[in-house]
Amino acid sequence: MDLTAVIIVEILYTIASLIIISSGLAVIFGMMKVINFAHGEFMMIGGYATIIAVKSGINIYVSILIIAPLVVGIIGVIIERLIIRHLYGRLVDTMLATWGISIVLIGLATMIFGNTTEGITTPISGWQIGDYRINGYNFFIIMIAILIVSLGYYLLKFTKLGLIARGAMQDPNVASSLGYNPDRIYMTTFFIGSAFSGMAGGILAPLVGLTPNWGTAYIAKAFITVVVGGPSIITGLLSSSTLFGSVNQIFSFITTPVWGEVALLVTAIILLRLLPKGITNSIFRGKL
Amino acid sequence: MQSISQKRLVSGVILALLAMYILPNFIEYSTLSLLIIYAILALSLGLIWGFGGILCFGQAAFFGLGAYSYAVFAVNIGESSIPFILAILTPALFALILGAIMFYGKLSDVYLGVITLVVTLILFRFANSTAGPEYAIGKARLGGFNGMPNFHTLNVPGMPDVYIWDLDFYYVCFILLIICFISLYFLIKSSFGRICIAIGQNEQRIELIGYDVRKYKTIFFGIGGGLAGLAGALYASWAEIVTPGLFSLSQSAEIIIWCIVGGVGTLSGPILGAVILGLLKYYLGQQSLVDNNLVIGSILVLFVLFLPNGLSPALANLWVKITVKTKSRRPNTRRKKVSRAVRGIHNE
Amino acid sequence: MSNIILETHNLSMKFGGVVAVDNVDFTLRENELRCLIGPNGAGKSTFFKCITGLHKPSSGNIYIQGEETTHWHTHEISHLGIGIKTQVPNVMDGLSVWENIWLSARRYNDVKNANRRVDSVIERIKIGDIAKRLVGELAHGQRQRVELAIVLAADPWLVILDEPAAGMTGVDVEIMIDIIKEINRHAAMIIVEHDMQFIKSIADQVTVFYQGSILMEDNVDIVLADQRVRDVYLGRKV
Repeated sequence: MDLTAVIIVEILYTIASLIIISSGLAVIFGMMKVINFAHGEFMMIGGYATIIAVKSGINIYVSILIIAPLVVGIIGVIIERLIIRHLYGRLVDTMLATWGISIVLIGLATMIFGNTTEGITTPISGWQIGDYRINGYNFFIIMIAILIVSLGYYLLKFTKLGLIARGAMQDPNVASSLGYNPDRIYMTTFFIGSAFSGMAGGILAPLVGLTPNWGTAYIAKAFITVVVGGPSIITGLLSSSTLFGSVNQIFSFITTPVWGEVALLVTAIILLRLLPKGITNSIFRGKL
Repeated sequence: MQSISQKRLVSGVILALLAMYILPNFIEYSTLSLLIIYAILALSLGLIWGFGGILCFGQAAFFGLGAYSYAVFAVNIGESSIPFILAILTPALFALILGAIMFYGKLSDVYLGVITLVVTLILFRFANSTAGPEYAIGKARLGGFNGMPNFHTLNVPGMPDVYIWDLDFYYVCFILLIICFISLYFLIKSSFGRICIAIGQNEQRIELIGYDVRKYKTIFFGIGGGLAGLAGALYASWAEIVTPGLFSLSQSAEIIIWCIVGGVGTLSGPILGAVILGLLKYYLGQQSLVDNNLVIGSILVLFVLFLPNGLSPALANLWVKITVKTKSRRPNTRRKKVSRAVRGIHNE
Repeated sequence: MSNIILETHNLSMKFGGVVAVDNVDFTLRENELRCLIGPNGAGKSTFFKCITGLHKPSSGNIYIQGEETTHWHTHEISHLGIGIKTQVPNVMDGLSVWENIWLSARRYNDVKNANRRVDSVIERIKIGDIAKRLVGELAHGQRQRVELAIVLAADPWLVILDEPAAGMTGVDVEIMIDIIKEINRHAAMIIVEHDMQFIKSIADQVTVFYQGSILMEDNVDIVLADQRVRDVYLGRKV
């Protein structure tokens, strides 16, 4: 009984962290069909921003939820204006350029922070369920994931901004023919997407030892979650995170975490082979 | 046309042979050997990307697989000839299977990128987790993140005790590079090669003509995998240790950067890119002022933005301009490189 | 009457809830030149894609020379000796005209015969002047002709063209008409076309598509004089 509860929490936590680490990439990919390979490094910067803010005495939640997204969002916009906007419509080139950016950011972080591990402690202590101990911070992560999904759903479904965004997702020309400057839309999207990446980094920072190349561990996972999810941002993110999170956790439980991860990746390959355009293009068509 | 380019090939090979003898006077031959291994690795991606339009984000998978296969078989067999051949065949076979999964599933560019990337990651994760004694193939323990040292390095075929090392190893690598280059040159000139190039440009047309595109792409991908495996086997012999780092994302990135910098759509480009960036990395490694990643990453961004066709076509154009200036009567009949069009298709 | 070379039975193609091709029975005989006409969205292009393997039909069967090809891949259908040209010029922009045609000729010939075959096709289509140019540098009409040359280089006995005159003007259309008539001397043809003038100058038998089904099938003069066909083209309900 206790064990079941622990496993369920663990699965929910894995799903939630997949949602959190993929949301930034999903926003940018869904709206602009751009794969931001620097996503992992945006997370890394978010992590450092949080750690620095906390160490300089700012409240940890403010650091995670406001400072990290803001810092990374601004950096994202600068990169979008300087580099990515010249490459719109050239999918492979944007992937390569953002890959380059990711390497540059690793290099910069190494020069600034050195190759040492930085960390802060989690703000919530854990508690006991029977013989097992659960990390309280996991609940915070699950909460945030629920918040991101419901907020995203609300914004897309019920606001004017969401309507424009949905139009732009269907066809980039729609927005401009309605009189909205596509440049502004792209910039805003990139800001929001980067901010999400930054927040993800901030949220995970207390759980890990941060190093400059920490982000590379996440890019592939986020990448497949988004791509397998398919064209609908929210349903796609939710369904692929649920699937991958469960697979990962169940296999980790049966064997070892390494095999859990391998199982996740193998599932991704099989899914892409069966549903080459993503889950939401085949099963949940027309959802948000 | 044919004879002009063949004359060029011959003069190129002669120049390369000259370079082979002269270069060790300027750069350490162990560094040179590594640069040449990189060049072969770059060729493997340059072939499938530049001529087949297949952008593989996980070329490192085949490189690492080649290196590991070599090491595993060398430990078990105790000489190098058979392991060397198996180190080419194993990744080639792996690439054929992976290629068949992807191309018979009609996956498009992005998904191709995802899958190749994910496969590399799986291998990386797996190789890292094999520290325990239960992970052994025959006598060879895979060794996890510490890697696998102590295997039989390259020897003269049939004579396991006569090792090929130092300067000799450098010559072997260089000659293998030349052989690869010439073979690929004739491969892309062959009917098979022309069909693959055409597939890279317009898959549907080739299908309408009646070729089984899936088959051609899979075989082409397999050749690329085998070539990367060859580079892996040489690398294993050079480094005398294989580690999971061979499968890493940064290794894959490096191969792509070599091709971009040198020029996608040419054979000389990837070699040029690998050598230049390999040297750059070597010199950057000797100072601590600027981080290596910062420079390499910036180079990638700048090339994508400003010189997407790479150095090789740019240098060729420059060469034409110079020769046209000196011999102004000579008409400029040079055909545009296919690379632009190939990349154009990608970007749609 | 000559032999049936291509036929469909109850061929249907649905996209989600939309029925693009609805239970079509179609037959084509040897040496025939058949035009498929109809207003936009009538299903003629979808029908073209079904019989050439570019779409997998939802139901029904396709037979080519008695053999069922319903679920065949495009390259297998093409391999039967069928030349296919899609609506947008489908060519290799980075290769020369000669190389483009060579790829097709090489499919069924060894290198030496392929070279010879390319030269003869180039002469037949009269594109000798642009043979060395890159296809990407050519004008639209020339690219269309290059694609026809690609189709012919494989020496097909059935040629299926989707809107060969689309986006062409004056002289180019004239040339296209001549080429099509010339091809028809050696091969049966199915031509999906929208332009009435063009159809008048080439067609003999015409099949009219409307809302996914065949509205009528007859000689071109009878079809064009038919009130229902006129209504369909003017957008009136039948």
